[in-house]
Amino acid sequence: MGRRFRRDRSGRYRLSLAKPERQLLRSLPDQAKEVLHESEPLATRLYPPAYPGDDDASAEYRQMAGASLLDRHRRALDTMVETVDGSSLDETQLHEWLDALEVLRLVLGTQLDVSEDTPRVDTDDPRSAQFAVYGYLSMLQGEVIDALADGLDPAGTGTEPPRVDP
Amino acid sequence: MIVVATQSAPAELDHPVGDEDVVTDRPWLVIVWNDPINLMSYVTYVFQKLFGYSRDKATKLMLDVHHKGRAVVSTGGRERAELDVYRLHEHGLWATMEQSS
Repeated sequence: MGRRFRRDRSGRYRLSLAKPERQLLRSLPDQAKEVLHESEPLATRLYPPAYPGDDDASAEYRQMAGASLLDRHRRALDTMVETVDGSSLDETQLHEWLDALEVLRLVLGTQLDVSEDTPRVDTDDPRSAQFAVYGYLSMLQGEVIDALADGLDPAGTGTEPPRVDP
Repeated sequence: MIVVATQSAPAELDHPVGDEDVVTDRPWLVIVWNDPINLMSYVTYVFQKLFGYSRDKATKLMLDVHHKGRAVVSTGGRERAELDVYRLHEHGLWATMEQSS
């Protein structure tokens, strides 16, 4: 199969997804939205404490940032559902797809408790379907990154802050 | 770090949270931690996008995260550091901040 996200001359990204892929990407965001506000361990993964060792400051940060982070995740998931049946995405929408895929992978990866070297899952394992979806989302996210990275200057923009050794 | 407790929880908080630090001259370090979910290519991409780093520098930082477990990705005053943490959280990375010692 060719590239799923291909930038055309107008700057839009043509979307080449098979029907089962579109069906999957239409249904997963709604499932994820139902658990976005759930408790641990997903809450910690989606909204990490900003100040380790300082519960008060972390709680204040979360009070300030939590709702807007949740809004952003929901908007990205909504955009995916609204645009998945179309033939192309504009660049803003593709960025939202990247965000949506990130949220989906965080939700599923947390539920599956994946590790960096997750062992092969037998096909009779009840989680094998979920692991297959997780692998598909990983591949898809990689393809979005490839499509978007073409627009980044490899030399950077030179705005890096002064370095301090840890 | 010392945070002076406020009298009651306000509904609206100014940015950044907390009061001015007792010691203000030490910069804050924004740290990204290794996690088993995020793709290496994604972490590199986010560093390039958010901080304007070159691909080489972003890749080196990503590899530091991957091999050493954490990397300092930006430094600055508390407000700037907290904004960077927030932007990293927007992108799903595991980011924290601490004052340099």
